[in-house]
Amino acid sequence: MAYSDKVLDHYNHPRNVGSMDKSDPNVGTGMVGAPECGDVMKLQVKVNPETGVIEDAKFKTFGCGSAIASSSLATEWLRGKTVDEALQIKNTDIVNELSLPPVKIHCSVLAEDAIKAAISDYKGKTGAGKTAETAAAV
Amino acid sequence: MKLPIYMDNHATTQMDPRVFEAMKPYFLDIYGNAASRNHRFGWEAEEAVEKARKQVADLIGATTKEIVFTSGATESNNLAIKGVAQMYAEKGNHIITQVTEHKAVLDTCKHLEKEGVRVTYLPVKKDGLIDLDQLRDAITDKTILISIMYANNEIGIVQPVEEIGKVAKERGVLFHTDGVQAVGKIPVNVIHDGIDLLSLSGHKFYGPKGVGALYVRRRNPRVQVTAQIDGGGHERGMRSGTLNVPGIVGLGAAAAIAKEEMAEESKRLRHLRDKLQDKIVNSLDEVYVNGTMERHLPHSLNLSFAYVEGESLLMGINDIAVSSGSACTSATLEPSYVLKALGAGDDLAHSSIRFGLGRFNTEEEVDYVAGKVIDVVRKLRELSPLYEMAKEGVDLSKMQWTAH
Repeated sequence: MAYSDKVLDHYNHPRNVGSMDKSDPNVGTGMVGAPECGDVMKLQVKVNPETGVIEDAKFKTFGCGSAIASSSLATEWLRGKTVDEALQIKNTDIVNELSLPPVKIHCSVLAEDAIKAAISDYKGKTGAGKTAETAAAV
Repeated sequence: MKLPIYMDNHATTQMDPRVFEAMKPYFLDIYGNAASRNHRFGWEAEEAVEKARKQVADLIGATTKEIVFTSGATESNNLAIKGVAQMYAEKGNHIITQVTEHKAVLDTCKHLEKEGVRVTYLPVKKDGLIDLDQLRDAITDKTILISIMYANNEIGIVQPVEEIGKVAKERGVLFHTDGVQAVGKIPVNVIHDGIDLLSLSGHKFYGPKGVGALYVRRRNPRVQVTAQIDGGGHERGMRSGTLNVPGIVGLGAAAAIAKEEMAEESKRLRHLRDKLQDKIVNSLDEVYVNGTMERHLPHSLNLSFAYVEGESLLMGINDIAVSSGSACTSATLEPSYVLKALGAGDDLAHSSIRFGLGRFNTEEEVDYVAGKVIDVVRKLRELSPLYEMAKEGVDLSKMQWTAH
């Protein structure tokens, strides 16, 4: 399969790889996918509680090149957005940006799910004042 | 050293230049139809075909009258299995094969099932081999054929063919083996191994594509197959169609070279394979060898790199041609059914890479491939949430994942 230049760029130079402290109340963690399906994405956002702006985003992904590129791109897009803006990111935006072929659309869906899971984790923490246990394995 | 490096020799091999030289005259100069009995053009073509038939027969310990030329192993497998099922339909309607066969065998069996043939698909053990007791137990008085491959195309294990041949003989059942990965690579002898039908293909051992053969035993017992292609009655009625003379000449030349050089070549490739394996396994943690190395093709290696997905690994080593059992690299988006059959778990199937060394690989290439694989696996593990969790001591098998 031929990869688009943008997928190759993200694969060769993934942005924002890493992990943040899951127990930090300002950090939301989303983990989606399953090893037996061949892809697992972990996406984390760090939100400024005053402004609601995502100040940092990190990812780690087990998956094909398109899955890595989708999550790398997602972290780029998340930074600087408010939590509500972040929820507007659609998988089709990722498909278009990375020129993903039809067989790789599920990678973009997974990235969108990861964004939603991370933000829901963050909201859960602030809203109900819970600690971070849920989202990691949801 | 030239890039990219070809290390996918289970899929196909580069033609040996000596094979190409042998074939050359049969395109422009000696272009007769081997079935033309009344002129020089035909005689020369027939002579070339008969020489090649002898070369192929010699490689597997057969006689020339037992070699039927075909378009390749897929056709040979079809002819063997369908041909026996039809020819021996009055004797029985049960075939035994196993789950890690090539699709050319599995899909042929599935086709026959629709026509009322009963097929038993034996499981394999963790090491990739069939259990001989299960084979014995599966045989009934309706069993007409056992079809078990010689060596597996994905994991390189070599089935206990000689023992299978004995079981088949004891029970009066015919034994077909798909010998595609073994012939020309390791010693295969139809007498010693008790094989009644054997499929082989030219391009897997440095010959041309589009040509293969089916060995059909003539004595003790005399095996017959119903033709699947009707026409001019070529190949003693078993396979009609004008013979592919240049291809057959190439197949013969490849067989002669393989017979001559096999001992030395397999020693050299075994050394390179072991070096590749040692370098990788000694540099990385959690690398798993798929299939037993006790009974294994000398040039073959299948590794699973835990916590790394196969397609992303292939992407990182894109100047090396190998293949992966990852779903993402298959047309069906399913991970390798062969690795799943070993009980490796889907996650390890997704993480597998098959290395297939060949005649033209060098030690320098092996060093390069090992180094590159190690680098890319390390990089991808840095990226892998699974590796991170495993290092933190999380038991991944106990996690609740969101399957999708």
